Amino acid sequence: MQAMTYEVSHLRVLEAEAIHIMREVAAELEHPVLLFSGGKDSLVLLHLATKAFRPGRFPFPVMHVDTGHNFPEVLEFRDRLIARLDERLIVASVQESIDSGRVAEETGPRASRNRLQTVTLLDAIAEHGFDAAFGGARRDEERARAKERVFSFRDDFGQWEPKAQRPELWSLYNGRVRKGEHVRVFPISNWTELDVWQYIAEEGLELPPIYFAHRREVFRRDGMLYAVSPFVELMDGEEPFEASVRYRTVGDMSCTGAVESTAASLEQVVDEIAATRITERGETRADDRVTEAAMEDRKREGYF
Amino acid sequence: MPGPAGNGRIDVTRGHRASDLLRFATAGSVDDGKSTLIGRLLYETKQIFADQLEHVEETSRRRGDGYVNLALLTDGLRAEREQGITIDVAYRYFATPRRKFIIADTPGHEQYTRNMVTGASTADLAVVLIDARKGVVEQSRRHAFIASLLRIPHLVFCVNKMDLVDYDEEVFERIDEEISGWAAKLDVSDITFIPVSALNGDNVVERSENMPWYCGPSLLYHLEHVHIGSDRNLIDARFPVQWVIRPMSDEHHDYRGYAGQIASGTFRTGDPVIVLPSGRQTRIARIDVDGGTVEEAFPPLSVTMLLEDEVDVSRGDMICRAHNHPVPTQELDAMVCWMADAPLQARGRYAIKHTTRNARAVVEDLRYRIDVNTLHRDESAAALGLNEIGRVHLRTSAPLLVDEYRRNRTTGSFILIDESTNSTVGAGMILSAERAEHPEPERAATGSGH
Repeated sequence: MQAMTYEVSHLRVLEAEAIHIMREVAAELEHPVLLFSGGKDSLVLLHLATKAFRPGRFPFPVMHVDTGHNFPEVLEFRDRLIARLDERLIVASVQESIDSGRVAEETGPRASRNRLQTVTLLDAIAEHGFDAAFGGARRDEERARAKERVFSFRDDFGQWEPKAQRPELWSLYNGRVRKGEHVRVFPISNWTELDVWQYIAEEGLELPPIYFAHRREVFRRDGMLYAVSPFVELMDGEEPFEASVRYRTVGDMSCTGAVESTAASLEQVVDEIAATRITERGETRADDRVTEAAMEDRKREGYF
Repeated sequence: MPGPAGNGRIDVTRGHRASDLLRFATAGSVDDGKSTLIGRLLYETKQIFADQLEHVEETSRRRGDGYVNLALLTDGLRAEREQGITIDVAYRYFATPRRKFIIADTPGHEQYTRNMVTGASTADLAVVLIDARKGVVEQSRRHAFIASLLRIPHLVFCVNKMDLVDYDEEVFERIDEEISGWAAKLDVSDITFIPVSALNGDNVVERSENMPWYCGPSLLYHLEHVHIGSDRNLIDARFPVQWVIRPMSDEHHDYRGYAGQIASGTFRTGDPVIVLPSGRQTRIARIDVDGGTVEEAFPPLSVTMLLEDEVDVSRGDMICRAHNHPVPTQELDAMVCWMADAPLQARGRYAIKHTTRNARAVVEDLRYRIDVNTLHRDESAAALGLNEIGRVHLRTSAPLLVDEYRRNRTTGSFILIDESTNSTVGAGMILSAERAEHPEPERAATGSGH
């Protein structure tokens, strides 16, 4: 007893905070949903949900917004994981939004379904009557996100209003919404990219294989490496070549870049991440490069 | 800009597993060099990535700033960059081999006091910037007062721009004396003064050779070594129940776990406990964490408790000890920081959220409004406007299980919500509570199923 120092490592502090946030949402909102992309951050969210609610079931379903341009490895991983957890999965399909005329597909070699996802997401939230949606966004990712609350209020158009955010004090979260409105909730707001990787290593979590170095057919555009896939048109002068790459983030195949790497194990990846000099979104996400406030603008519209 | 962007003074990859976490808030206006100081900390601990720096350089050039404006790193919203001010709290992250840090970068302007209160509410330490040329100004006092009101245990005054006063020891000593005299009223246990030049990096990461008369630590050294372990309350056992886990599956048919985050104190398997507000007594049968069990739980862990007897426990209840538990009350006195345009007035009715309990509250009395710059109490005040702070007496629709904020930042704090807009309109810190009628503790009848 005397020898106890009650020390808690920073990862355990972050974990306890995230679990507290998830339980608050479960207790105070009627119809939450957990947004799962197959990426490492939402994988950590799923894992935290098991810590928050087991041996009970999750008091919410898991939802994947499927752009139709996903990495096949990620879809396969998603289905296996959800089956193992024995939880409910909802798939909201961007293809269906296109087919039903809700959105129009962009055309040309730089076409992406990234922006279309917002409509599919908001439609699915409305259709199912969700009043809270967990996301894996982190404040260290991007400067608009650095300003966002853990409980981020969205009006009935799904819009984020950065200048009128609810004050958020102590660990007292205000998730009150009217019908049609919802909150986005980010339990791992205070985690850094390195925290996520260290946590995955400590907890021994399985990741989709594209996070580790593998041989892939790629081409170079705007200084980034993109996978050759049926979803991307090559432009003049773009020559496919094979390289050893891994992904630092997982998104749509048309706008997620790979990094050259030979890191094949979790430990090697963590070492590379710790040594990197470029942010993950800067290195691998074309969607953030449009304007100086690209993320702020998309978030205002209701993006993740 | 000088600085070791590439070489290896600090390497976060090694020895990180045992490191702990320090949350600190910074306050100061743009002119105090707050953004430069944060930029300097991030830069020298290699947290600014090449693409971020490139972006800031390019934007600075385009705006014609004439220098690499590190404030652009911390100001995240379009409106903030346009106006060159910080409006809302931004959170920043950096690490050294000793610690992980979360910075709540808060705006200094009086108009954004509520945002500073927000950032300060979870901080272990506050850094208040003072411009060496201007000395202690109204704003410095306000920032120190808010830090003390929120009971941030450690306060650091960074006397910045020492380069512009020729690194003069007398300037620093004068500011130190002035604040020390005044801060005695503030009831902050740990105050540190550090002379710095954020622009040149003096005493930010390394001790400065320009101020040989200063014998204290650099800011980073202080942040890395300040002792925060004993800031936690490990005495008063408080476990607000958040969520009841009842799987009702074949495998876990009788499982009934009470999930929550330990607010304070320690809990061990076998400990006798009392459940409030019912007053029923029982013992802790087991403490579950992540599929396994632990012998002892302490703050800030999130755990699930199983009790020996089948007692009725639900969200909003609190598990504590029979001889040390909070006062169940419907009458309380509190300091409130007001955060809405529509003022707080006597007879105003709001929703109140305290730990995991929700109730309604009516403002019985506004005792006084405090002038955040002079600490003067205005007892004739009839309302609290946006960003104003005052002492109120509240009556609640249901008993709350409260401690004084000075003793417990978790069970001593609450928020007020306007039920017509659903906005968070007030932040409250409990000063004292009147004891409500308390049921006689009774031992739960063992084995009485229902």
